[in-house]
Amino acid sequence: MISFQVNKKPASFAGDRNTPLLWVLRDHLELTGTKFGCGIGQCGACTVHIDGHAQRSCITPVSAIEGQSITTIEGLASADGVLHPVQKAWLEIDVPQCGYCQAGQIMATADFLKKHPRPSDQDIDKNMTNICRCGTYVRIRTAIHRAAELAESGE
Amino acid sequence: MSGNEARMDLERIDVSRRRFVVTGASIAGGFVLGLPAIGLSNDVVGGEADSEHQIGFFIEIAADGSVIIGSNQPEIGQGVRTALPMLVAEELDVEWSKVSVRQMPLGIVKTADGYAWKYGGQGVGGSTGLTGNWDFMREVGATARQQLIRAAAARLNVPVSSCSTRPGYVVCSSPAAEIPYGDLVAAAARLDLPAESPPLKEMKQYRIVGRRQKTIDAMDIITGKARYGIDTREAGMRYAVIARSPYLNGRVRSFNDTEARKVDGVLDVFKIDGPEPGEPYLILANGVAIVATSTWAAIKGREALQIDWDPGPNASDNSDAFWQQNHEMLKSTGQVVVDDGEFDKAMAEAHQVIERHYQVPFVSHQPLEPQNCYAHVQEDRCHIIAPTQMPSGASRAAAAVTGLPRENIQVDMTRVGGGFGRRLTNDYVAEACMISQKTGWPIKLQWTREDDVKHDFYRPAGLHEMRAGVDGKGKVIAWTQRLVSASKYYRRPNMTEERLWEAELYPDDFPRKIVENFRLEYFHNPIGLPRGSWRAPAHTANAFVIQSFLDEIAVETGQDPLQLHIDMLGEEREMEYGNHGGPTFNPGRLVRLIKFVAARIDYQKQRPDGRGVGLATHFTFGGYAAHAVEVTVSPQGQLKIERIVAAIDCGFAVNPQAVEAQLQGGTIDGISTALGLEITVKDGQVQQSNFHDYPLLRIAAVPSLFETHILPYDDTPTGVGEIGIPSAAPALANAIFAASGIRLRRLPIGDQLQKAMAG
Repeated sequence: MISFQVNKKPASFAGDRNTPLLWVLRDHLELTGTKFGCGIGQCGACTVHIDGHAQRSCITPVSAIEGQSITTIEGLASADGVLHPVQKAWLEIDVPQCGYCQAGQIMATADFLKKHPRPSDQDIDKNMTNICRCGTYVRIRTAIHRAAELAESGE
Repeated sequence: MSGNEARMDLERIDVSRRRFVVTGASIAGGFVLGLPAIGLSNDVVGGEADSEHQIGFFIEIAADGSVIIGSNQPEIGQGVRTALPMLVAEELDVEWSKVSVRQMPLGIVKTADGYAWKYGGQGVGGSTGLTGNWDFMREVGATARQQLIRAAAARLNVPVSSCSTRPGYVVCSSPAAEIPYGDLVAAAARLDLPAESPPLKEMKQYRIVGRRQKTIDAMDIITGKARYGIDTREAGMRYAVIARSPYLNGRVRSFNDTEARKVDGVLDVFKIDGPEPGEPYLILANGVAIVATSTWAAIKGREALQIDWDPGPNASDNSDAFWQQNHEMLKSTGQVVVDDGEFDKAMAEAHQVIERHYQVPFVSHQPLEPQNCYAHVQEDRCHIIAPTQMPSGASRAAAAVTGLPRENIQVDMTRVGGGFGRRLTNDYVAEACMISQKTGWPIKLQWTREDDVKHDFYRPAGLHEMRAGVDGKGKVIAWTQRLVSASKYYRRPNMTEERLWEAELYPDDFPRKIVENFRLEYFHNPIGLPRGSWRAPAHTANAFVIQSFLDEIAVETGQDPLQLHIDMLGEEREMEYGNHGGPTFNPGRLVRLIKFVAARIDYQKQRPDGRGVGLATHFTFGGYAAHAVEVTVSPQGQLKIERIVAAIDCGFAVNPQAVEAQLQGGTIDGISTALGLEITVKDGQVQQSNFHDYPLLRIAAVPSLFETHILPYDDTPTGVGEIGIPSAAPALANAIFAASGIRLRRLPIGDQLQKAMAG
């Protein structure tokens, strides 16, 4: 039995310890906002925060997260429903097309901005590696800068 | 979608819709345009929504004034779930902020003369989701508004002419009165429909349409609540994956499931019979299904399977041999499919003849949501929940597998994690039905990324020989395109060898009839890879080839490429265009666009060595686009895209916000594919497997300087989903030439620049 926290609530998993966190979230905890894209850590659609750091849950065995705290897209907004600045920026810039990768993009951006509060385009190019098949990158870039502004102004 | 296939699909939709509109009254007792007539509302609306508040199939208005509008089309990221309800809301006259959207299921009804659409034609492909519903959805809104007005007039006992609307209310001038729509719905739904459709608004009256409206589902998407096919979870559901033959047209000789069955959670393992080589596809491959209590258990079970594959008839298929054969075939004479003027004579008289070869590879769709489908097959019915572009195809696939009548097959649509043409085919629906039928369980079939890369309906590859004859003044007087390709129409039902070219060459494309002596020649080189419609099908290949070749002609004849475009395209005029996107093509609209992007990027400016600008333009499925791309190429062959300017003329932009998104996305798709994407075959097996070797573009390759422009033209919208892609790749290749002097005639670009610079 592996115990951990998901979105500030206790959770546990008693199955195969090698099961990727992605499938534990999706199939067992019914948190389907985290998406399956490639299964090999390439596309980032499965990005979640583990103890505050963006990780690709499709290549993270559940055994590795014993006692750790997971945040998924469903838990990114504050408990009273106030959206995270990255979510606000994504709405304002209207980033999604099909939307499938966007939970992962948002989770990756939220962590990226902690390390690069006012990123340059080069910072974005170096650190943002999630794939968007629809090609929403132009709006993603705009939204990352906007999210940085919103976070700085405390919104 | 392309050419005839697109036309076929559209005909299916259009013909059925006509039948629905024309004969709907007689077959179903009187519903037109999705509005149920008196007495039928419970029947036809039953179960889909609260009929108390419903007026017709599409519109529900609650007492508090909130409006739910049904969207009948699949949402694949192209924005129909926003754009189509915008049309309804505009004509209905409600506040857009009060609108939410409900996904409608597939609606087909059995009639005396076959199946008819209940909610109008459903299916998205060929950039027709908006245009195919432009009149229909506006009529739905206008008709409902008219009924609300009539209900109000009856209640107030005033003539209809004294009533009008403001958003959400019927307004009566004398006596002065306002009644909220919510109070009128029940009465309005019971009124007979007048014989004539109400007038539609004029463009200048629009408050919602033509203005930027954000993605209506954005809040659900950014909070993880939006439901895709992969998120389906139904009571008693089991999870399945399939081990598919790695060999094209391979078969399962035998398999050993001892270890697979030991995997915790694995419930069943059995063989899935695929198609016979050469026969039309219902599913893509033979294989072995694994059913389990979770997705991961099914995947682990698959890994533990031992399968002995019979490699089958395509075991010696190789990409290298395919390209060699293509070159060999060009030495003979192919099927001449267009022969205008006196081509040979003009070529003989030409002052200069230019010949080039271009190579366009197989590519894969790779929507980010891997294929999946929920199916529950029971004795007398079947329930499908699927991410699909063609829900009617899903219904047909389920019927083919189960033998059930289509009226007993319920198809529900989810939001779709990308289409790009992959989900025009419903092979994964058929597979899910097979597994559910065999086990009796409700099944969610899950494809992995490897499944998706190795088993797709790939965009055809082809070798294009281009030849142009130019007179002494630099005018192109003869033009030919000789194409050897693996036709998309491979293994299509009822397809003849003579028609295979129709999926590969759209004869009325530029420069037909502009160059009088014009010949198209086609050769088919079969290979075992399945083929299908990949965003803007043959336009992506042909635009790359034609727009690159035009640039080469300009260079060879000492002309400025932009000026050659302008000279050849000429003035505004409507030319006949028989392919999908017709009936006419106005080359002058391309001139306006290419001049625009050239001016924006400062095309005439002298640039230092290693930096250059390329231009291209193309007419795709009724819409017009142009690209200007600026690149730098280092002495080591390092390519950097510095700036992109893209422009679209889609007639009238219903939702500029979404048009801009499609132009951005289409451009990036074109660039991504040109830079690094290719599917190859070795010994009858697809060589790529996931994003490490099928490297979709990431943000770093997309320049910060990226402009998109919508140039309005008239009041008729065209589609936009595929318009933005074809001219992106040739603009990039032309820019690379301008920067480096290196002409890339083979896609993908890969490391060709580094090699050329080193060599």
